[in-house]
Amino acid sequence: MGEKVLMKGNDVIAEACIRAGCLHYFGYPITPQTEISHYLSKRLPELGGTFLQAESEIAAINMVYGASSAGARVMTSSSSPGISLKQEGISYIAGAELPAVVINVVRCGPGLGGILPGQCDYFQATKGGGHGDYRNIVLAPNSVQELYELTVKSFDLADKYRMLCMVMADGSMGQMMEAVQFKDEEDIQVYDKPWATNGMGCRGHSNFITSVNVNPDELEKVNLRLQAKYREVEKNEIRYEEINCENADIMVVSYGTTSRIMKNVIKEAKKIGINVGLFRPITLWPYPYEALAKHTDKVKAFLSVELSAGQMIEDVRLAVNGKSNCYFYGRMGGHIPSQKELLDEIIRILEKEDK
Amino acid sequence: MAKERLHPKSIKDKVWHYCPGCSHGIVHRIIGEVIDELDIQGSVIGIAPVGCSYNNYEYFDFDVIQAAHGRAPAVATGVKRVLPNHIVFTYQGDGDLAAIGTAEIIHVAARGEKLTTIFINNAIYGMTSGQMAPTTLPQQITTTTPTGRDTAYHGYPIRISEMLALQEGTVFVERVSTHDVKHIRQAKKAIKKAFKIQQAGLGFSLVEVLSTCPTNWQLSPVDSQQWIVDNMIPYYGLGNLKGKDIKV
Repeated sequence: MGEKVLMKGNDVIAEACIRAGCLHYFGYPITPQTEISHYLSKRLPELGGTFLQAESEIAAINMVYGASSAGARVMTSSSSPGISLKQEGISYIAGAELPAVVINVVRCGPGLGGILPGQCDYFQATKGGGHGDYRNIVLAPNSVQELYELTVKSFDLADKYRMLCMVMADGSMGQMMEAVQFKDEEDIQVYDKPWATNGMGCRGHSNFITSVNVNPDELEKVNLRLQAKYREVEKNEIRYEEINCENADIMVVSYGTTSRIMKNVIKEAKKIGINVGLFRPITLWPYPYEALAKHTDKVKAFLSVELSAGQMIEDVRLAVNGKSNCYFYGRMGGHIPSQKELLDEIIRILEKEDK
Repeated sequence: MAKERLHPKSIKDKVWHYCPGCSHGIVHRIIGEVIDELDIQGSVIGIAPVGCSYNNYEYFDFDVIQAAHGRAPAVATGVKRVLPNHIVFTYQGDGDLAAIGTAEIIHVAARGEKLTTIFINNAIYGMTSGQMAPTTLPQQITTTTPTGRDTAYHGYPIRISEMLALQEGTVFVERVSTHDVKHIRQAKKAIKKAFKIQQAGLGFSLVEVLSTCPTNWQLSPVDSQQWIVDNMIPYYGLGNLKGKDIKV
């Protein structure tokens, strides 16, 4: 076993980046994730890698595009308004089929919004964000330990599928300190990249990387290939956690920070004879529709709890497909719901369903 | 008699898609010749822009990455930081570099990235059918300045080379033209020097090439060459702006 240490979430993301063998980082400062830059600005040059503070988020994501084209593992990180600026590059990365890792430590919006935790970028992360028919793998950790494990995993997924993998945390995940157990050594799979533009001298023929094709037949083929890849990801990479789901009266669906609160709500509910189940998607894309749908005949209702005005609820409804009532409870502006207000909401819903 | 190979080995044996009289073919060929002469085909990586030369990888026989509009300098930075011993250059037009990509180009210069930029200035947006560019000259008629560029309304043409020469990280800037053989030779000399400066690791180098766009200027190929002499050179003076004395 490796060392167990108390660390801040953002520092753990940075450490995970290094442990995953990523030595190139390009970023632009924005709260609440700047500790990632502080950490990597010290460590990456020591390791012979690159830490570069770009002139903008737009430049940073395009530096990622270049570094990935050159065959390197590469990461950028930002928070909501910065991730909006990166969307152009994210779409190009999808079109050019480049592996890349993007960390989004989500804050509140819209606009400049606020710097406190939010989950209001769910639509942007899972439904597109940039232009075109593309998908990103989106991982949602709910502990500092998972920030470490899923950040390391994101590099493997990015290389395996030649696509962008986003780790979507939130301000409280990034800022909290928690124990994290590191492995002595990561089991890093090295992927051949015969497609990389790293000089034709090493292979004898020239490569090019592009996302443009003005021939409609060829461009449709590119899109069909992308879609086939996304179906493969949906088949292989869905992750979720189920807690207390057997015999649950109500199924709460929640990820990240809000799912942590729910673990305590489950305990409190038990004391008053209510069985609350928690279904926690870990991959927000691909979404665990089928696993969630299995609960439709067993519970009285579903409740999506989010730090938003109701975004993931749409995927819950797609999974439930009209077979049960779906409720939503959310807080915005940086507020995090208390155990009491969540338990009160659950009681209200069950009373309504029992009528 | 063996058939003589008439084009550089760094250029694929293909017919250009560019319009008759357009400078892109000339500048592509110069780059191909320079890459052959410096024997860097195996280690050079080009960054293609958005604009008429978006698919220059169809002609360049070395590694090329197509970039988002204006972002080529950022993409090149990412490549060069990963592969510091490779030769990395951007090929950008005036819309790409002088409008949407001004932040990216200024900051590669400010950082002194060991990159080379070939800046194609034809004073117009070619691919989108002849709109005003940041480099469009006063009174020049374009599809978005139908009565001519009115500087009181549309502002003034931007002199990119002069601006970038001011940056400490820029070591070499030269403005050249392709309107006749003499100037094409000078252009090649400048482009070769810009690449050699990168090989020597001295900093950022840029060559601005005054270029034709006969289709959107609505001139014949021959008249287009004269238009450079009569209209562009008086505003965009030819010659070296920085790094003249550097010996590489």
